[in-house]
Amino acid sequence: MKPTDISNPEYFHKVVDCQYACPAHTPVPEYIRLIAAGRYDDAYMINWESNVFPGILGRTCDRPCEPACRRGRIAKGEEPVAICRLKRVAADNKMDIRARLPKIPEKKNGKRIALIGAGPASLTVARDLMPLGYSIDIYDNQHAGGGMMRSQIPSFRLPGEVLDEEVNYILDMGVVSFFNTEVDSLKEVLDKDYDAVFVGTGAPRGKLLQLPGLEEAGKQVHIGIEWLASVAFEHTESIGKRVLVLGGGNTAMDCCRTSRRLGGEDVRVVVRSPFADMKASPWEKEDAMHEGIPIYDNHTPKEFVIEDGKMTGMLFEKVEAVYDENGKRSLVPTGEDLVFMPADEVLMAIGQENSFPWIERDIGIDFDKWDMPVLDATTFQSSNPRVFFGGDAAFGPENVITAVAQGHQAAVSIDLFCRGEDVSQRPDPYTNLVSQKMGIHEWSYDNSVENDPRYVVPLAPLEETLRNRKLEVELGFDQDTGFKEAERCLNCDVQTVFDAPRCIECDACVDVCPTDCITFTENAEEEEALRQRLNAPAGNLAQDLYVSTELPTRRVMVKDENVCLHCGLCAERCPTTAWDMQKFLYSVTKAGL
Amino acid sequence: MSYQIPKFRHPDLPVNELGYTRADYEGAISTLCAGCGHDSISGSIVRACHELNLEPHRIAKLSGIGCSSKAPTYFLGKSHGFNSVHGRMPSVVTGAAMGNRDLLYLGVSGDGDTASIGMGQFAHAIRRNLNMVYIVMNNGCYGLTKGQDSATADEGSASKKGDPNPFSAIDLPGLALQLGATFVARSFSGDKGQLVPLIKAAMSHRGFALIDVVSPCVTFNNNAGSTKSYEFVREHAEATGTVDFVPMREEITAHYAPGTGTEVTLHDGSVLHLEKLDEELDPFDRLSAMVAIEKHRAAGEILTGLIYIDKDSRDLHDVLETSRRPLNTLTEEDLCPGNKVLANINSSLR
Repeated sequence: MKPTDISNPEYFHKVVDCQYACPAHTPVPEYIRLIAAGRYDDAYMINWESNVFPGILGRTCDRPCEPACRRGRIAKGEEPVAICRLKRVAADNKMDIRARLPKIPEKKNGKRIALIGAGPASLTVARDLMPLGYSIDIYDNQHAGGGMMRSQIPSFRLPGEVLDEEVNYILDMGVVSFFNTEVDSLKEVLDKDYDAVFVGTGAPRGKLLQLPGLEEAGKQVHIGIEWLASVAFEHTESIGKRVLVLGGGNTAMDCCRTSRRLGGEDVRVVVRSPFADMKASPWEKEDAMHEGIPIYDNHTPKEFVIEDGKMTGMLFEKVEAVYDENGKRSLVPTGEDLVFMPADEVLMAIGQENSFPWIERDIGIDFDKWDMPVLDATTFQSSNPRVFFGGDAAFGPENVITAVAQGHQAAVSIDLFCRGEDVSQRPDPYTNLVSQKMGIHEWSYDNSVENDPRYVVPLAPLEETLRNRKLEVELGFDQDTGFKEAERCLNCDVQTVFDAPRCIECDACVDVCPTDCITFTENAEEEEALRQRLNAPAGNLAQDLYVSTELPTRRVMVKDENVCLHCGLCAERCPTTAWDMQKFLYSVTKAGL
Repeated sequence: MSYQIPKFRHPDLPVNELGYTRADYEGAISTLCAGCGHDSISGSIVRACHELNLEPHRIAKLSGIGCSSKAPTYFLGKSHGFNSVHGRMPSVVTGAAMGNRDLLYLGVSGDGDTASIGMGQFAHAIRRNLNMVYIVMNNGCYGLTKGQDSATADEGSASKKGDPNPFSAIDLPGLALQLGATFVARSFSGDKGQLVPLIKAAMSHRGFALIDVVSPCVTFNNNAGSTKSYEFVREHAEATGTVDFVPMREEITAHYAPGTGTEVTLHDGSVLHLEKLDEELDPFDRLSAMVAIEKHRAAGEILTGLIYIDKDSRDLHDVLETSRRPLNTLTEEDLCPGNKVLANINSSLR
């Protein structure tokens, strides 16, 4: 194999599994170290720069970082670092950080931008462009900013104060907001001579299953996200005693848990797929079950049962999942009798869709066969160069952190576009690689590997939280537990950097490495062959091999990045400093930089 | 500075027949200098014991004084250990081995501990063919006292701050051959591919097995001008041939076609497969081995690999016809068999 090019920032970026998996590429280990050091403000600001909503995401993020976390791979039964909840520790313990927010220029640059929808994507665009001197108008049909974070995420997961605080950091930059304003024509907005328009209207339409009896069931059946919104905006204050929630995603979990708080006693989640295949995050399923909500899997809804013009329940067909040789799943009926479940009300949380009835089809924006706007996947620019998309409105429903990441990229594009530059010329990431050596065997990071298992976030008493839908269920880590959880982080951003010309091939690194990552061997043409020659199994193909240039004995150093603990022992035991521990900082470049 | 090795190990490490991974044969974190050859030898011992499916509690590791003799702390953390007086490790092994023949005795020594203060003990352990593995971590200097030349430093070799050594070197394998050793090998800490099978063979050999391992001292003797530096040894090592250790006779046919190389069946049924042997060396002939060592030395080369093995070795227990059972398992009945036996003995002497 060719020697690894570590001057390519993507190589070391990929080693930082959590950061690489994060759509916004938040420098996770960096802020976790700051939490361990008690520097909550600094930890918060690193997050805020990158993901804009640390307090919100520290409670509600889908956390793609955690399944990626190296800690979860280094031993059987070992769990990832509680990255998401550590983020909340930074947000909960920070002081007033407003003085550290970017200064907004008095003198504007003369460019006017419209943001349609005030959800996470639009707010991110505003955050990035306001400090550059743009004048921004934001339109939303709700009474306040936040989008789905306000209408769909229940208060017992995300308290209103936390949402308001982080939304207001951005609106207070001087964004002109037009709330309670339904935009029903993009053409009208374009006619207002904005220099650019950003569409961040989410995926607002909940799906409805057309089953027999639906019409008669009438107001006993609700669409999940609409019902959640009407609870959030206090139009709905109660629900029947027996509630069926259809669907297996996070919205279903929010629906069933909200139902429990609004008077639902026999609340059940019924889902077509097997439990393990459900779309909901594992922790959200656990939270629902913790509140006494059973999840019935492998049940396909068939019809609403109507008696005397009233819905009394639903019939379900039992199915089982059968996988073909390609792993494609089909749900095959078991042939058992239909199952009847009684219900006073039914909530449908079976997915949501985009909907653009308000975008005229003759204003230069092309739509594809799924009636989605045709966009450039990098620039988020539509075929009308003045119009950009982001968040769920761009490529369909994802999550808040993806919306933020797309908002950043759209802001870069809008800024380039408004300056008359080529939007396809993306700025390079900012990177920095610095030795952590403090002395002969001393590092400026805490390189010892803690053995503690993952800490569990404490919860408020169940009876109390079920009585009050606004009482936050999770209490968050206190500072001591936050410190201990932070210490579980392996510091994967502190890279093992190998300088082949210094190596005397003494094998000290090979002998000391606790996880047998390092091998000195003859090189091979193919990666697969080289993997076979390593001292320990190297079967995780998603993780790269770090291959050195040829050494005097004509061998090469090969390091399998997979289960490296970043403990620094290779560098401590290296007599010639061929190994060094160097901290790699990678940040996605923002607009205007 | 790290004082502990993290507890985590590669999650997919292979387990041996006993269900142990390599990690079960490790010891404490090394406090030797970074890059010390001794750590590599420790690593090779760990690998050899894991691959031989040895139970850690059936091994006793013994040492004298010196950097080498600290090393046993850094491997086989679950085995018996005895850190004895300088140069006196062989007599402690003798006592232990006589008391309990069921343990595997692994002596670890250095060039000072063996070729200077312990020379007498070393010589007599060889003469008696004590059943043990004797590893010399040989760096040609006194690393623990700032790197003075040791008795194995080659004539003309200079350490980091020293003048060229004016004295001739003691060649331990040569000496051991002359004293009647039944297993003699030399290797290099930086060549695990050779060292691991040699350690396995030595552990399977019945009798005294010497492995002289050139092990560079990175701090005091890894400079230009030294004949025990990583670079010099790599350039001047000449292997007698390749050595492969195969645990059982049945498996060897799966590894090698008949007629290739030379095979030695060891006491415990395992097989040594020797290939690409030096044409002039017959490792079963003591004289040939002595000649080969001297020839390579004269040519400025370091002969490594298996140099000599006596296939019919009889160890001290065989010669002395000692108790077949460890002494601590003998009961009063065994030790005092009663009047009838005494009468039999007495009558045989009349």
